[in-house]
Amino acid sequence: MSVAMIMTHNIPDPAAQAAASASFKKRSAIELQQASVVFGTGENAVTALSPTTLKMAAGEFLALVGPSGCGKSTILKLVSNLIEPSSGVVLVGGREASTKQLRIGMAFQNPTMLPWLTIEQNIMMPLKIVDPFKRTYRQDKTGAYRDRVHALLQQVGLQGFANHYPWQLSGGMLQRSNLCRALIHEPDLLLLDEPFGALDQFTREELWQIMQDLYLDRKPTVLLVTHDLREAGFLASRICVMSARPGRIISDEPMSMPQPRDIATIYSPEFVEMTQSLRELIAQVRSS
Amino acid sequence: MTDKLRTRILSTSLIIGFFLLWEVLCVLLNVSDLVLPRPSEIVVTMWDRFPVLWPHILQTLYSTLVGFGLGVTIGVTLGVIVGTSKVAYAVAYPLLVGFSSIPKVAVVPIFVLWFGSGTTPAILTAMVICVFPIVVNIATGLATTEPELEDVLKTMGASKSEILWNVGLPRAMPYFFASLKVAITLSFVGAVLSETVASNMGIGFVMMTASSNFQVSLVFSGLILLALMGVALYAIFSLLERRVTGWATRGNDIAIT
Repeated sequence: MSVAMIMTHNIPDPAAQAAASASFKKRSAIELQQASVVFGTGENAVTALSPTTLKMAAGEFLALVGPSGCGKSTILKLVSNLIEPSSGVVLVGGREASTKQLRIGMAFQNPTMLPWLTIEQNIMMPLKIVDPFKRTYRQDKTGAYRDRVHALLQQVGLQGFANHYPWQLSGGMLQRSNLCRALIHEPDLLLLDEPFGALDQFTREELWQIMQDLYLDRKPTVLLVTHDLREAGFLASRICVMSARPGRIISDEPMSMPQPRDIATIYSPEFVEMTQSLRELIAQVRSS
Repeated sequence: MTDKLRTRILSTSLIIGFFLLWEVLCVLLNVSDLVLPRPSEIVVTMWDRFPVLWPHILQTLYSTLVGFGLGVTIGVTLGVIVGTSKVAYAVAYPLLVGFSSIPKVAVVPIFVLWFGSGTTPAILTAMVICVFPIVVNIATGLATTEPELEDVLKTMGASKSEILWNVGLPRAMPYFFASLKVAITLSFVGAVLSETVASNMGIGFVMMTASSNFQVSLVFSGLILLALMGVALYAIFSLLERRVTGWATRGNDIAIT
């Protein structure tokens, strides 16, 4: 599906968008205050994340890059409350992550579609679980919710695959479905853990564009963990670089190029220069 | 498809060949029908005695299925408890293993002592004998659920029971159905076993009585009937398994287009 088609589909009403974004402006902000994570105790203790402080405004698209095992995913897990900080505080929308009021969408590197459900049923899962959608799930699952799933599938170019099972789809298609599932309940906060990591370059670039459109369409707060500097540069409005284990944030730069960005930008000199400087930074922290 | 057809033809001819060989050997070696009756004799006896055998067939099926139903209920409940809680797993496992390693024949006299002879001990034996494989399989299915699948739901804020219903139990279904096939066969064994020891109904009872009256071909009729019933029950649960957990054996003959 062409990007142009998606864009015309999504012309935002500026006034409505401003009102909507103001209403969850505070709700979807993230703050880590000296948060650290240590697994195990005593001699076996492994520090996954040194005390880290990080602030994210609502609607921001932040990319976390860094070498493997630096604790990028740990930060995601902290924010999504899959794990609790060993010390420090994690605030999501001004409250501790464990008292979560926020709608969170999450996509992992592995698409983790449930194999016994069709793509449609998989994508509908958040509507079955998350308030307030689950209240009317029984009535709406064959009506409004199905339409919603189909509209989203169309947006990522998967129309006609709703009733297929995950094993009938390719890796790229599964990852698109994964994005749909992360977005179907209109999350205030989107957490992406290398969702495009296992894909080939062409599929990846295509999904970057879809991701960008989906982001600009809804403007959730996005936290993207990635190894890929071009991916970070193309999608993010801010890039944080983390040092090797135990991780901490060593560079925090805004990405000022206007959005939406064209895929050709990633081959422009200034973009290449930006990724080069990030690359050097990571090379330094790896060797030190 | 032709491969499948060939397999089917071969396995059918193996079964027919087995009975033919039996028949031919009996005739050639002049085996007394007090030792081993010929298949043709068995079929004739089965046909003649069918009106008498029928209530006993129903009785055996009844004991088996009621015992099996109880066993599944208990097995699933225990399996869910043991599979979802690490503590329950560690605490209950030794007891379960000990319990399962008792030869189930040994419990029949106890049931007879408590409930007298008849249907009750047959049902209870059928139940006891099939609980353990179900518990183990449900618990294994739940315990081996990929944490990532659970994480997907956890980040949505799903409760423990929502995770169990939407991820754990469906994930455990292939294990559950695999165990059902084993369990139904075991239940059947348990019911017949108890009938042979203490009952005045059921195929097991018929076989015991026929044996003490030297009605050898009736004994074998009972045996063949048991085999047929066992195969039928197994087939029903295999079919059910394929229907429900087709996703786990994808693409064999349940292609979805």
